[in-house]
Amino acid sequence: MEASRPTGSEKVVSKTAPAMRLDGVGVAYRFEKGSYPAVERADLTVADGEFLSIVGPTGCGKSTLLNLAAGLIAPSEGRIEVLGQPLQGLNPSAGYLFQADALFPWKTALENVAIGLEVAGISPAEAHARARAWLARVGLSAFAGRYPHMLSGGQKKRVALAQVLIRDPKILLMDEPFGPLDAQTRQIMGNLLLDLWNADRKAVLFVTHDLEEAIALSDRVVVMSAGPNACIIGDWRISLPRPRDTADVRLEPAFHEIHREIWAKLKEEVSKTYTQAEEETA
Amino acid sequence: MRRAQLLALQFLVAAVALTIWHVLTTHQFFGRYLLEPFFFSTPADVAARVVRWFREGTIWRHLVVTLSEVLLAFTIGSLAGVLVGFWFARKPFVAAVFDPYVKMINSLPRIVLAPIFTVWLGFGIWSKVALGVTLVFFIVFFNVYQGVKEVSPAVLANARMLGMNERQLLRHVYWPSALSWMFSSLHTSVGFAVVGAVVGEYLGAAAGLGYLIQQAEGIFDVAGVFAGIFVLGVFVIVIDAVVTLVERRLLAWRPVAAEARD
Ligand SMILES: Nc1ncnc2c1ncn2[C@@H]1O[C@H](COP(=O)(O)OP(=O)(O)OP(=O)(O)O)[C@@H](O)[C@H]1O
Ligand SMILES: [Mg+2]
Repeated sequence: MEASRPTGSEKVVSKTAPAMRLDGVGVAYRFEKGSYPAVERADLTVADGEFLSIVGPTGCGKSTLLNLAAGLIAPSEGRIEVLGQPLQGLNPSAGYLFQADALFPWKTALENVAIGLEVAGISPAEAHARARAWLARVGLSAFAGRYPHMLSGGQKKRVALAQVLIRDPKILLMDEPFGPLDAQTRQIMGNLLLDLWNADRKAVLFVTHDLEEAIALSDRVVVMSAGPNACIIGDWRISLPRPRDTADVRLEPAFHEIHREIWAKLKEEVSKTYTQAEEETA
Repeated sequence: MRRAQLLALQFLVAAVALTIWHVLTTHQFFGRYLLEPFFFSTPADVAARVVRWFREGTIWRHLVVTLSEVLLAFTIGSLAGVLVGFWFARKPFVAAVFDPYVKMINSLPRIVLAPIFTVWLGFGIWSKVALGVTLVFFIVFFNVYQGVKEVSPAVLANARMLGMNERQLLRHVYWPSALSWMFSSLHTSVGFAVVGAVVGEYLGAAAGLGYLIQQAEGIFDVAGVFAGIFVLGVFVIVIDAVVTLVERRLLAWRPVAAEARD
């Protein structure tokens, strides 16, 4: 799993460069009473057009990893490459769907979707026209004039998805985007996501705590170890045929087989998290 | 609760209070007035006085003076509060330097400044405006400061990931957030503008509702005092209604508590 460290500073963007590459990346959070080494020596490569899911026990550092990929936090060690270029500052090729609610509460659904184009210098009229088209694509045409507080959890997530995708990012970072939704809505959202993804095959880094969801959606699933010093400890290719229906695919025998394999690994890590917690309280 | 019913009950409260006042000041019990009319006046006298003010038109001058003081104090205080609030929130070092002085001035009873303003700015409207500004400024300042500081980190990170530069962040994130905090304190800050104006007038002026009340008090004209208070009360309610209207338009995006069933 140890990736060879690149030597020199190759600045050429080759067509075959992976969408993202994390190479021996580590992060330690510093606070008043010390520091917490959340992630250490994490290696991860996401190929162009690949849908990759990250699963791991709660608090292991999945959001941390996405924040690194987004350039919102800087790694304390290791290097990050985006499309073959070292990442400095924010990642301009990435769109980020946050775990928490991140819509602008003072903008309507339409304005929320259009804003990414407007700040890029596109005329408001055109931005709004394209935002309308995106709202239609996520099935929210009738809700264009609503403010976020007047939308349901699932509707908000769909607005957020349109808000990110309208900018056509090369890389899509998604942090438990369907986390708070009920099972049926999750499957509907999963199919919607796969449809949109199928249209232009962006590279996707998808974080979820739901292993079934991860397998149903992805080309690859990686497992993170329990923190501290979390890293990637398992990597599975999911060769279920596409296009998939996220509900139907769960009935296939191949699905169960891979699920059993990954779950065996994941279970170890999850139970580690809990024994650690018990030791700390003891 | 239905609107008509509510209005009827509100009217009833006023009617009962006025009746009690009327009965106790115009009828003798056990050989004396329970409320001496000299000290408490009577509703009829007060009403007559208010009517006379409006019929003769003498009240308008005072209303216009007080209103302009309130508007000026509110506008100047808010502008200054927004600017300084923004500045401090974006430059924590500046905020830290000024922190003790802000705390000191804010905890000062502003009324002690009134004589200084009168000395500096004279008996005209500007000394009252200045007093109002010192009150409004801090309300707006603290709210704008909070509004800029308390932008949700997720919203902020989202804005940056959507490609906003510093200027666009200011316009699309910090500004709306600060304004929403400021508007949520609109009632308080307008109320303080009124307090500044009226108290200033009361302490020394040539016109205004506070002046009117102070003049009446000076000659033991209790009906005049009550009439002044009444006009001031209506004035405040009208201003408050206007503020509510403005607030509804500006804060349409904010959740209102769902209408509870009764
Ligand atoms: N700002 C911070 N300061 C200190 N520790 C932090 C900070 N942010 C996160 N951590 C710690 O880092 C670890 C990883 O956090 P992270 O948010 O990446 O977890 P996660 O895998 O996304 O969890 P979840 O599945 O619950 O969202 C956690 O143990 C957390 O307590
Ligand atoms: Mg997380």
